[in-house]
Amino acid sequence: MPAGLLGIEELSRGEIEAILARARDFQPLGNHTFKRLDLLKGKMIVNLFYEASTRTRTSFEIAAKRLGADAISITAAGSSVSKGESLVDTLNTLAAMRPDAIVMRHSASGAPHFLARHLPTPIINAGDGTHEHPTQALLDARTILDHRPSLEGLRVAIIGDIVHSRVARSNIHLLSKFGVDIVLCGPAPLLPPEMARIAPGVTLTHNIGEAIRGADVIMMLRVQLERQHEAAFPAGEYFQFYGLRLEHLELAKPGAIVMHPGPINRGREIASEVADSQVSVILNQVENGVAVRMAVLERVLG
Amino acid sequence: MAKLLIRNGRVIDPASGRDETADVLIDQGRIAAVGRNLPAGQAEVLDAAGLVVAPGFIDMHAHLREPGFEHAETIETGCRAAAAGGFTSVCAMPNTSPVNDNPTVTRYIIERASRHACVNVFPIGAITAGSQGETLAEIGSMKNAGAVAVSDDGKPVMNARVMRRALETARAFDLPVIQHCEDLNLSAGGDMHEGYTSVRLGLRGIPACAEDVIVARDLLLAEHAGARYHVAHISTRRSVEMVAQAKAKGLPVTCEATPHHISLADEDMVPYDSNYKMKPPLRSREDVAAVIEGIASGVVDAIATDHAPHAGSEKMQEFERCPFGIIGFETALGLALEVLYHSGKISLPRLVALFTSGPARILKLDRGTLAPGAPADVTIFDPELVWTYDLNNTFSKSRNSPYHGRRFRGGPVATIVDGEIVWKRE
Repeated sequence: MPAGLLGIEELSRGEIEAILARARDFQPLGNHTFKRLDLLKGKMIVNLFYEASTRTRTSFEIAAKRLGADAISITAAGSSVSKGESLVDTLNTLAAMRPDAIVMRHSASGAPHFLARHLPTPIINAGDGTHEHPTQALLDARTILDHRPSLEGLRVAIIGDIVHSRVARSNIHLLSKFGVDIVLCGPAPLLPPEMARIAPGVTLTHNIGEAIRGADVIMMLRVQLERQHEAAFPAGEYFQFYGLRLEHLELAKPGAIVMHPGPINRGREIASEVADSQVSVILNQVENGVAVRMAVLERVLG
Repeated sequence: MAKLLIRNGRVIDPASGRDETADVLIDQGRIAAVGRNLPAGQAEVLDAAGLVVAPGFIDMHAHLREPGFEHAETIETGCRAAAAGGFTSVCAMPNTSPVNDNPTVTRYIIERASRHACVNVFPIGAITAGSQGETLAEIGSMKNAGAVAVSDDGKPVMNARVMRRALETARAFDLPVIQHCEDLNLSAGGDMHEGYTSVRLGLRGIPACAEDVIVARDLLLAEHAGARYHVAHISTRRSVEMVAQAKAKGLPVTCEATPHHISLADEDMVPYDSNYKMKPPLRSREDVAAVIEGIASGVVDAIATDHAPHAGSEKMQEFERCPFGIIGFETALGLALEVLYHSGKISLPRLVALFTSGPARILKLDRGTLAPGAPADVTIFDPELVWTYDLNNTFSKSRNSPYHGRRFRGGPVATIVDGEIVWKRE
């Protein structure tokens, strides 16, 4: 298999640490304004997005450009995909143009893994279905480390539609490798018991107060209504039981931070007052997205 | 038709309780005699020393894809693959295009088979028109045309009232009803067994209870109707338990297991490889063990392949878009020997019964035995032969199998249909 980045599960702790350390070099800290680098000069990156995405796609594009690479973005709508071309045919066509890497977002779990078995081009997973979103977990870890000296010993609550969340899976795998105490919280149909077995250090609860008590980090997930094929939980009472509100923050550790991969649904999974409060680091996450993706592109292409 | 003498094999014929070294003489397409030191006379002699000589294997569950899906398989290619797997008879499921839900299609399949098939083909008719689950198909007419059972395989009959009427009708025509047990509301959107592996891979699950609730419902309906009811490709612990209970009550209930459901569990899947995608899905280790135990204890009556060819392009897609099913004729005996016999779970005569007298009894076929006078369908196999499965050499038109490159201990050596050798290992 070519050296791309398909998921966090198969990465070692050392590899993750190296990416996070390198991402720090790329952060626009203080009054240091970022200049364009030539680290990936002459490299060609194709961003292939089969699913709507604003922040991830833009973030990968900016990351590539800041490293001096050429990046082109293709979205499914308006391409040969909408003419019925199969995934394999599309990728073979693109691979024949010899890009140095393909960044791919797809609604089907495992689509990049399947392609990686058949293509020589390195593939970077920018989110596959309900499976993994590795660069999101890396930028989340980078963001936590901007507020905490290390990940060890932290308690992180991940709250929402866990079973359909690729952000949750990647974060669980990453945090678990660093010995984080991970509490998953959500409605029973969206939090199957098997979730507790996917990595060491994971516990489950259906009570949001219990999840937040003593937490250093609260990660809210987007309620993935577009991924649910059924009404797994009464939508009308979701916010009442699983929405993050100001009063919940008193249960967390002092100085706890609130994260969200975006786009946020105000009033559905998070109250506006929380999203806009001092404890929210949502915009830091976006900022770190570029730095982390630069580190990933450099690792894959450098 | 020339005479054939199969000499010195271990003749295992569960239907007549025979297990001894003997000769089998074939004449005029029928078994002429079984015994020691039979005179060869003018007969062609086949030395079977060290080999097992069994009644021809019957696969009661296969998809030959003709008419309608000839790009994936034809009656001709499917039957060649069946012969290479040691099968002398194959039952063709009705989910073709058009669906085999009327005697015209039934006769068409029989007619095509008579011209192009190297093994016997027995059509299975649909339960409902178009297998849509709404109105009953022409069950009696299909039986008269040659159908040996009815099934909407690929789909369940979801409507309990329709299932009840189907069971009553099939009973009157003395046909078994074969159900694909899957509650479509519980399985909707699922691509693999619901459990740890599906959760880890982010794939939607098909829970074991999707099978169990249909088995439970159907057993009640079958008892009510007094009909012969058969569970296709049984895959869960609870379903095996329920069939065992129904049998203990004396109900005419039977079931089959596939080689893949006893040799692979969900966690054995190569992630997102569609050669591991089928219905029912590969289940948990516990379910696999329960099905094997069901075979050992006699709850399971037959091994059937559910041979389901799909063209390469259909299986070369995102996992969730790939169709369900794998091919299975050529690997069935090797897998069964490995999982059931070499592991010490069952004897060779019991294994042979699962491929012969078991399905013959369910379908009331005059085959699956070496009794003198029976059609001369014979499968010769070597339980110790070491061989490697190479999909590049498959006789099937399709290559969707997870067993490419697998080494087997034991496999077929020759396949004889109506007295003719239709396949012989090179």
